[in-house]
Amino acid sequence: MREVAIVAFGQSDHRRDTAETSEVEMVMPVLHQVLDATGLRAGEIDFTCSGSCDYLAGRAFSFTMTLDGVGAWPPIAESHVEMDGAWALYEAWTRLLTGEAETALVYSYGKSSPGDLREVLTRQLDPYYVAPLWPDSVALAALQAQALLDEGDTDQRALAGVAVRSRTAAEDNPHAQLAGSPPPEALLDEPYLVRPLRRHDCPPVGDGAAAVVLAAGDTARRLCRRPAWIRGMDHRTEAHGLGVRDLTRSPSTRLAAERAGAFEAPVDLAELHAPFTSQELILRRALRLGEDVRVNPSGGALAANPMMAAGLIRLGEAAAAIHRGAADRALAHATSGPCLQQNLVAVLEGDAS
Amino acid sequence: MTKEPVAVVGIGQTKHTAARRDVSIAGLVREAAVRALEDAQLTWPDIDAVVIGKAPDFFEGVMMPELYLADALGAVGKPMLRVHTAGSVGGSTALVAAGLVAARVHRTVLTLAFEKQSESNAMWGLSLPIPFQQPLLAGAGGFFAPHVRAYMRRTGAPSGVGALVAYKDRRNALRNPYAHLHEHDLTLDQVRSSPMLWDPIRYSETCPSSDGACAMVLTDRAGADRAPYPPAWMHGGAMRSEPTLFAGKDFVSPRAGRDCAADVYRQAGITDPRREIDAVEMYVPFSWYEPMWLENLGFADEGEGWKLTESGVTELGGDLPVNPSGGVLSTNPIGASGMLRFAEAALQVRGRAGEHQVDGARKALGHAYGGGSQFFSMWVVADTPPAG
Repeated sequence: MREVAIVAFGQSDHRRDTAETSEVEMVMPVLHQVLDATGLRAGEIDFTCSGSCDYLAGRAFSFTMTLDGVGAWPPIAESHVEMDGAWALYEAWTRLLTGEAETALVYSYGKSSPGDLREVLTRQLDPYYVAPLWPDSVALAALQAQALLDEGDTDQRALAGVAVRSRTAAEDNPHAQLAGSPPPEALLDEPYLVRPLRRHDCPPVGDGAAAVVLAAGDTARRLCRRPAWIRGMDHRTEAHGLGVRDLTRSPSTRLAAERAGAFEAPVDLAELHAPFTSQELILRRALRLGEDVRVNPSGGALAANPMMAAGLIRLGEAAAAIHRGAADRALAHATSGPCLQQNLVAVLEGDAS
Repeated sequence: MTKEPVAVVGIGQTKHTAARRDVSIAGLVREAAVRALEDAQLTWPDIDAVVIGKAPDFFEGVMMPELYLADALGAVGKPMLRVHTAGSVGGSTALVAAGLVAARVHRTVLTLAFEKQSESNAMWGLSLPIPFQQPLLAGAGGFFAPHVRAYMRRTGAPSGVGALVAYKDRRNALRNPYAHLHEHDLTLDQVRSSPMLWDPIRYSETCPSSDGACAMVLTDRAGADRAPYPPAWMHGGAMRSEPTLFAGKDFVSPRAGRDCAADVYRQAGITDPRREIDAVEMYVPFSWYEPMWLENLGFADEGEGWKLTESGVTELGGDLPVNPSGGVLSTNPIGASGMLRFAEAALQVRGRAGEHQVDGARKALGHAYGGGSQFFSMWVVADTPPAG
């Protein structure tokens, strides 16, 4: 397999509401962050791939506007997925694996602020049998959390512990939307949002963007002091019907991790895309992460969860940790769909220093 | 590094029609997928990954419908990618799927594109509420009509050329059992006298709104060896994009289209597309785009495309048949329209196009475009594997 690495990562500050900026205005500074970091111009990039969602933008073909921010002139080789940017990165990675491209620019963004995200996400469900009932994303996550609690291996105190750890870690992340947390005891005094979830168990709703640059082999070494080599990457989906899934397990994450080679050697860091506290516990089990692995030092999706970008940010944060020598072998995970329906796992490594 | 050669070994499509009320969205896509599997004589476990594409989600009112379609497409436990690149999406989706095989990430991939326009209303899906910018004016026809007018003015093409394209494509569609429009009694006079919608585009020169899906099974060399029918081999594929609007943009012959074609021909070793390509399936949603794309794709010199159409070169019996399937003018499930072009090109070189087969077709071009004439995807397929 060809050597391909993440050589640059950038993200916006994630905020509850960015009414004063359009999507393209949100994306452009992030694109320039990663281009500046590598010294590349847009026209020098061999392949560009983005991830976004028309249902968040509230208009068809919304990605055509952000393409203006890339500066696609002269014309560029470009593609777009209606998925989290982690999958745009996957498409770009396969393009580099074919040898057709040496470098790729990947970006994604989402503005949840113009609408009611919980209602919008109901449109993602089976349009004939489930969507007409409007079960919202927090309610579905609550079903999953309750199933996990009913299993008896964890409790609400442990869930609160995930929130406290994530938001305390986010104090070191200048881009985070939420940072800092009261102690678990105080959190457990709060009312339920949707039982058994309290507000601290849920991700913040907000707007944000992220971008990475991929490069192959010696190009990567030239563009980055310590490239984050993609040793493996795989993604898997599960059935859509919640009734046919065991919500306490994530077999698609387990399978993707196996295919990505995650279990071939221990990792020292994991960035998990777990918007809800209970989902981190499910993912830890699927990924066989021990207590010695640092999980979400960025604060994770509980600190900032911009739709369509939060998964790409996990890959970017893991890569950035390798870039700065804070990790040697990292796992990054992204999810999509209700209750962790679809999952992607990547294994990143830095060269021995 | 050498890429794995990519072969098309299975093709399936639905009967395209205005409204498939007898099936759900899942039922529609499954119908095309099962036909592609049958053509390849494969079953669901043989598929390693699924790559699905469609145009804006507002066209059905389902956000990221691939999540809901995972079960119907046998994707549970498999990788599933969802591509969206406007009208070119059907072509782009096939290229993303081909990339997975070429990169040796997967061996056999199911790729599928669909639109079920009857679930919603594409016209409203494209008509945006304030305060959002509304880029397509009065529907797609309103956006493209001025570019057709510019082409006519620039080339001096006689005003009747568009009707010839529409009449040809609708006649070709009579030979394609899957085509949406089967207008048995249509005459050229009727096309010419049909109501003017967006001057100079008349009603019979526009594409219909269709429900439909198209699927292909793509595989590697080993998979092609096991295929029951002759495969189509990919000799080149490319995508190009440019901004929607900018000073100096040539809407009549966008540079992204020219660059994309040049890249595909280079990969396929084609230096004279007019002589070397035996059949073309190009994205012609409004009749005049045939002569316009003939020039943009290098089949005719600038200003000369309409002469090929007028002299009958692009008819089924001509020496460069264009849209023998009936094209987008006869069938337009938007998200699938690009993949239908790619699939019909493959059917031609496999010799499996039935009544609309171009005799002796060995090399064919599939072409799709989208957005404001800004997104292009193309492939060249042939009846023999690429050299090397």
